[in-house]
Amino acid sequence: MELVNLFVKSIFIENMIFAYFLGMCSYLAVSKTVKTAVGLGAAVIFVLSITVPINYLIYNYLLKDGALTWLSPEMADVNLGFLSYIMFIAVIASMVQLVEMIIEKFAPALYGSLGIFLPLIAVNCSILGGSLFMQQKDFSGIEGSLVYGLGSGVGWFLAILAIAAIREKMAYSNVPAPLKGLGITFIITGLMAIGFMSFMGIEL
Amino acid sequence: MSNNKEEITKQEEKSSNKKQEMFLFLTEKEEKEGLLSKNNRKLLSDPLDDNNPITVQVLGICSALAITVQLKPAIVMSLAVVFVMAAGNMIVSLLRKTIPSRIRIIVQLVVVASLVILVDQFLKAFAYDVSKQLSIFIGLIITNCIIMGRLEAFALGNGVWKSFLDGVGNAAGYGLILIIVAFFRELLGSGTLLGFEVLGHQAASIEDSTGLYALGYEDNGLFLLSPMALIIVGLVIWYQRSRNKKLVEEN
Repeated sequence: MELVNLFVKSIFIENMIFAYFLGMCSYLAVSKTVKTAVGLGAAVIFVLSITVPINYLIYNYLLKDGALTWLSPEMADVNLGFLSYIMFIAVIASMVQLVEMIIEKFAPALYGSLGIFLPLIAVNCSILGGSLFMQQKDFSGIEGSLVYGLGSGVGWFLAILAIAAIREKMAYSNVPAPLKGLGITFIITGLMAIGFMSFMGIEL
Repeated sequence: MSNNKEEITKQEEKSSNKKQEMFLFLTEKEEKEGLLSKNNRKLLSDPLDDNNPITVQVLGICSALAITVQLKPAIVMSLAVVFVMAAGNMIVSLLRKTIPSRIRIIVQLVVVASLVILVDQFLKAFAYDVSKQLSIFIGLIITNCIIMGRLEAFALGNGVWKSFLDGVGNAAGYGLILIIVAFFRELLGSGTLLGFEVLGHQAASIEDSTGLYALGYEDNGLFLLSPMALIIVGLVIWYQRSRNKKLVEEN
C-alpha cells in the first residue's frame, strides 16, 4: 500500500514539471505536436525507471557514508558521497546511449522524429533530478526507488502530453502576437501548475 | 547578429581548410583582434537581450524557476552558473581538437560535473544555509541545458577567449532573468528584498504595523508558489517581444 501511495504521490503531488520545473527545456521544445511528445515521454519513463534504481544501488552500496562496510569493516568511515553527481550522470549518459541504440534499431520512424532530442534526454533535468531526489528521500529498499522512478516518469509523460494537446488547439486561437509560441506556453504551464496544486491537500 | 555568426562559421571553414597549426588560445584571426573588439563585446551583450538564453533560446529553464522565491538564492545560483559556464566553456574549448565527436557529450558532462562538485563543496563550506536552500538545484546545474547548449554550439568551434566571453555573457543573461523573477516574487510575495523589510513591518494588528502594512496592505501569497514563476517569465517574454518585433514567432 505504501508503494501505491508513493506512485500516486510522485505522479500528481510531486509532479516533475508542475512542482519542480524539471525537464522544462525539452518539455517546451518538443511539445508542438502530440505524436513526438508521446515518443519523448515514453523514452523519459523508460530511462527514469531504469536509472533511478541503478543509481540507488550505486549510492547505497558504494558512495554513502559507511556504505563500503560490506567490503571490509575497516572501510566503515569512508564517505564517497561527493562523487555522487559524477557517478549518477555517467550512469544516465550510458543508459541514454543504450536506449538510443535500441530505438534506432527497432523503431527507425520514432528515431527520425525524435531526432536531436534523444541524446538530450541525458541532459534532461528530470532524469538527474529523479536520482538526486531519490538520494534525498532515502528509500529503505530498491522497490521504493523503482516505483518512484516510474511514477515521476509517468507524471512527466502526462504533463508533456497535456501541453502538446493544448498547443495543437492553440493554433486556432487568437493570441496577441508578442505572446505567440513561447510566452503563451509559459503562462499555460503556470495555470496548469495552479491546477495541479489542488492535489497538494491530499494526504497519502 | 546573424552576420556575426556567418563570419564565425566562414572563419572556421577557412581555418579547417588550411589545416593550420593549433593555436592554444586564439585562432589566427582572433589574434589580430583586440581582446575587447566590437565582435567580442557583442558576445557579452547579445545574450543579455536579443539572444537571451531563457526567453529566446529556451535553454536552462529547468533549474531556473524553483529557486526564485527569494533574491539571495537566485543571486548565488547565478554566480555559480557564471563560474561553471565560463570555466566549462574554456576547458572544452581547450580540448576541442582532441575530443572525439562520438563521445563528446560524456566528456562535456564529466567536465561540467567536476566543476559543479567544486561549487557544491565550496558552498557547503562557506555558505551552508544557502546551500541547504538550493538543495538539489546545485547538482542540476550539470544538466542545465544552457551549459550543454553553449558547449555544443560555441565552445566546440571557437577559441578560448571567445568561449570565455560567450560563457560569461550567457550565464549573465540567465542570471538577469533569474534575478528579475526573484525580485518580483520576493517583493510581492513576502514584502522583503534580500531579507530587508522594504515595505514596512507587518505586525499582528494593523495598529502595530508600519509602512504600507499600516494602510492595510497584504502580501500576495500566490507569488510564493511555484506557478507564479512561470507566469512572470511569460510576462517578461511578452514585454521583451513587444519591444523587439523581430523576436515574434510566426505560429
